[in-house]
Amino acid sequence: MIVDAFYAAPAVLILALAVYTTVVRGTFAASVGFLAYGLLLTITWVQLHAVDVALTEAAIGAGLTSLLLVRASHRLRESEAAIRAETPGLPLKLAAGLVAGIVGGGIALAVLTLPEPAPTLAPQVAANLAATGVGNPITAVLMAFRAMDTMLEAIVVLLALVGVWSLAPDRAWGGRQGPRYNADPDGILAFIARVLPPIGIVVGIYIFWIGADHPGGKFQGATVVAAMWLLAMLAGLTDAPPIRRRWVRALLVAGPLAFVAVGIVGVYAAGTFLGYPPDAAKALILVIEFALMPSLAFTLGLVMAGAPERPEEAA
Amino acid sequence: MSAVLAASTPGGLLLPAAVLVPFVGMMLALVLGARNVQRVAALTIVAGLGVAIAIVATAAQIAAPLEYVLGAWAPPLGIVLRADGPAIAMLLAIAVVVVGVGLYASGDFATPKGAPEERAPTVYWLLLLAVWGSLNLCFLSGDLFTLYVALELVTFAGVPLVCLDGKGETLRAALRYLVFALAGSIFYLLGAVLFYGETGTLDITMIAERAHASPATFAAIGAMTAGLLAKTALFPLHLWLPPAHAGAPPAASAVLSALVVKGSFFIVVRLWFDAVPALPGPAAAQLLAALGAGAIVVGNVLALRQERLKLLVAYSTVAQIGYLFLMFPLALDPATGALLRGDALTAGILQAISHATAKAAMFMAAGMIYAALGHDRIADFAGAARAAPAAVLAFALGGVALMGIVPSGAYVAKKLLLDAADASGQWWWTALLQGGGALTAAYVVLVLFRALARPQEPVAPKKPADRTQAVATLALAALSFVLAFATLGPLPDGLLSSAFSSKELLATAAILGAGALLAAGLGRRRDETAPAGFARRTALGIGRAFECADTMLRRWPVAGISLLAITSLFVALMAAVR
Amino acid sequence: MTGTTLVGLLAAALVAVGLYGFLVNPQPLRKLIAFNLVGNGVFLLFGFIAERGGLPGIGGDPVPQALLITGIVVAFAATALAVTLLLRLHESTGSTSLADEAPSPKDPAA
Repeated sequence: MIVDAFYAAPAVLILALAVYTTVVRGTFAASVGFLAYGLLLTITWVQLHAVDVALTEAAIGAGLTSLLLVRASHRLRESEAAIRAETPGLPLKLAAGLVAGIVGGGIALAVLTLPEPAPTLAPQVAANLAATGVGNPITAVLMAFRAMDTMLEAIVVLLALVGVWSLAPDRAWGGRQGPRYNADPDGILAFIARVLPPIGIVVGIYIFWIGADHPGGKFQGATVVAAMWLLAMLAGLTDAPPIRRRWVRALLVAGPLAFVAVGIVGVYAAGTFLGYPPDAAKALILVIEFALMPSLAFTLGLVMAGAPERPEEAA
Repeated sequence: MSAVLAASTPGGLLLPAAVLVPFVGMMLALVLGARNVQRVAALTIVAGLGVAIAIVATAAQIAAPLEYVLGAWAPPLGIVLRADGPAIAMLLAIAVVVVGVGLYASGDFATPKGAPEERAPTVYWLLLLAVWGSLNLCFLSGDLFTLYVALELVTFAGVPLVCLDGKGETLRAALRYLVFALAGSIFYLLGAVLFYGETGTLDITMIAERAHASPATFAAIGAMTAGLLAKTALFPLHLWLPPAHAGAPPAASAVLSALVVKGSFFIVVRLWFDAVPALPGPAAAQLLAALGAGAIVVGNVLALRQERLKLLVAYSTVAQIGYLFLMFPLALDPATGALLRGDALTAGILQAISHATAKAAMFMAAGMIYAALGHDRIADFAGAARAAPAAVLAFALGGVALMGIVPSGAYVAKKLLLDAADASGQWWWTALLQGGGALTAAYVVLVLFRALARPQEPVAPKKPADRTQAVATLALAALSFVLAFATLGPLPDGLLSSAFSSKELLATAAILGAGALLAAGLGRRRDETAPAGFARRTALGIGRAFECADTMLRRWPVAGISLLAITSLFVALMAAVR
Repeated sequence: MTGTTLVGLLAAALVAVGLYGFLVNPQPLRKLIAFNLVGNGVFLLFGFIAERGGLPGIGGDPVPQALLITGIVVAFAATALAVTLLLRLHESTGSTSLADEAPSPKDPAA
């Protein structure tokens, strides 16, 4: 059986890295392994002709998630030895390997027996694309056909942030999230944090802007902007805002609320919630995206910043 | 292409409103902050209850399920919200419980005038609204992927409620809950993805038309079911539930135990009864109910063995979740082996609703007893009935409602299931249904026996009872007897006519008597090492064996292996027994 | 076997490897990494299904691809919440153990 090396080489590498992150002794090494694995995975997404997913995976899956993991493993390093003592014995490991193998084998069997020709919604998306006014079919799915999912997803991220905030010690409620970073002002991090964000923000807005008609969109763009903001925070150039501030909260909910508002406009303008009148569809979608992008970038950045731990200084 | 062309019905707009009113309320509360959080929450609860009532009224008027096609994009491209009988019943019941819990919480989580915003009250109200909106989405969505988002919303709203007090133990319980629930979500998503690969749609009604027996379909059902069971904490996947539900503040425990676990339970019902009724088959249905039976036995015995009331109530939830899964083999059509939406399903939904009100009331009562006595050690409850009469009465009412004795909703549910078991010759479920009531009665009798005991010296309440809390708790406990009937419409003829016959009263006495015997034998005493007779020593040995088994099953690797093994077992049973 | 099928099998393998790590690694952060591996496996499976449903000129089926974007964002939010909770647990108890009987040295009641 000959398999194209074009597919096989990344697949073997990805699997090897996945095994490495699972069995390697140190958590820090596992986090770094996951970063490399995530970057390689974007190649597979491009091979699957899913450029939008590749962008999202690179920005969020590999980028933000790895950053979270690497930072956390650094902070947890002194607890490593204690927790390793809880590793289960060989019988449990064998049993775990057995059931994991069975589940994996079952999925593989399902993969090999999926129906031919594959059922698909691609023709229906293509047939209805014009009614949405946008050129990128994925944007049409996210903002028109399945707009409810996207609205709820924005609420999921907001709810995760409320959860992160809820972990504040009582005295720090209303204060700033995470530690205050003080990088060397002449150091390399501060240098990068000065140079990269202006470029990164332009790139992020560009990814967002072209999303209507080309691969890209608000989630990927917002992630890049959020990452630039985080970089500036890590370098000590800026700080997370106190969460008691009303403008902070208003900015967080503005996007999801605007989404709901446009949905309600649809009840009057198109006769259905989240419907768009054909001639105004693209304009309304753009309104939602413009409102959602800053809220998302802000929410994603703050979700990464950790629980509030510094009480707001007396003004 | 499809026989069922989805179309919005009159009043359909109420369905997205039921989902979004709580979320919009949450967002407005977040922005307005401080005292306004509770005010906005109160207004939102009133509005949300109004929407739920309007949905009930509209469905009664058009005598059909409500439907709403979002954005007028019909499935398979778009998403439909549907409110059929079970969904409407859950929607209304949950709204009523949210009102009761909200009233209770206004005593614990109020922000005084002029005070700065505090963490726990602010977060509590935001999360209560979020749980509500997420659950409504679980009940209403007709799309497997939207249900995935709903499951995640329920988890994200539920987890921070566990560690609202910020103590180390509750943080650990919350993390354990979150990480295990994430495994459940990803199993669910795996199933949804396989369904799409097999049928090209995520709409439940269309999957019902297109899905057929195949490796991918069986893998999808197995993975989704097991993932949902992990989120529902059905035995033996309950490792996270007792510490999480017992450690949270009472108003949060009530939300977690009464409401949160119902979301994933309801999606199991949707999957088995609506998406693939003909595919799981009798063996898989028996397995599902067998897990429920395990939950009933282990949960009830462990409840008897607890020192603290909140852990007792948490283990009672483990047991009650088990009851919810007994309906599956009893809903099978003997001729075709497919699941039928009949009396057994009605019974399951009745149980879910009765448990929601009763369990909320029991956790709230536990909170009031704690406030009055300053502790919740059951062995030291003497005088509790004097110090916190309303709470003890509410606990008793809630407990009686769970036992399945006349005239509670659980009684009707038990009757319906017993009839189904008789009709299909599944005598083993008859035995379990009859014995299960006594197991439930045991811990209720144990707590009441201790609370009614005369104290050596009079017990003065540490804190006078909050009248609103007492009324809310008693009202929810009382509703456990009537709400179930109100939400489900007409019941089969003759079901209640014999409810007060001498035979039924005798059965009730038997349940209570057997419960008292179990409580005397197995119930935890203050001094477990005191010399005891043969019967007590044997009972203690059994109790300890159950405790050991529970501790073992709740270890992480064991529970994880159980999750994967259950997945595989479901798939194997579906494939083998056709 | 086509290259795309290989990606489907890679997805199955990632789920298996991730599940193993999820069960046996006691460190919660490792469980989260494992959760992400399983998640990637499921996402890749969906990507494989999207690619199978592709049409000439359109590329893959855009519905799964759009849902994947939602799925990746949701998985990230879950990871972020769990990591924050883990760090808070560690800070407050000095331990990261998920076991019932875990010691809590900084908790005087224990």
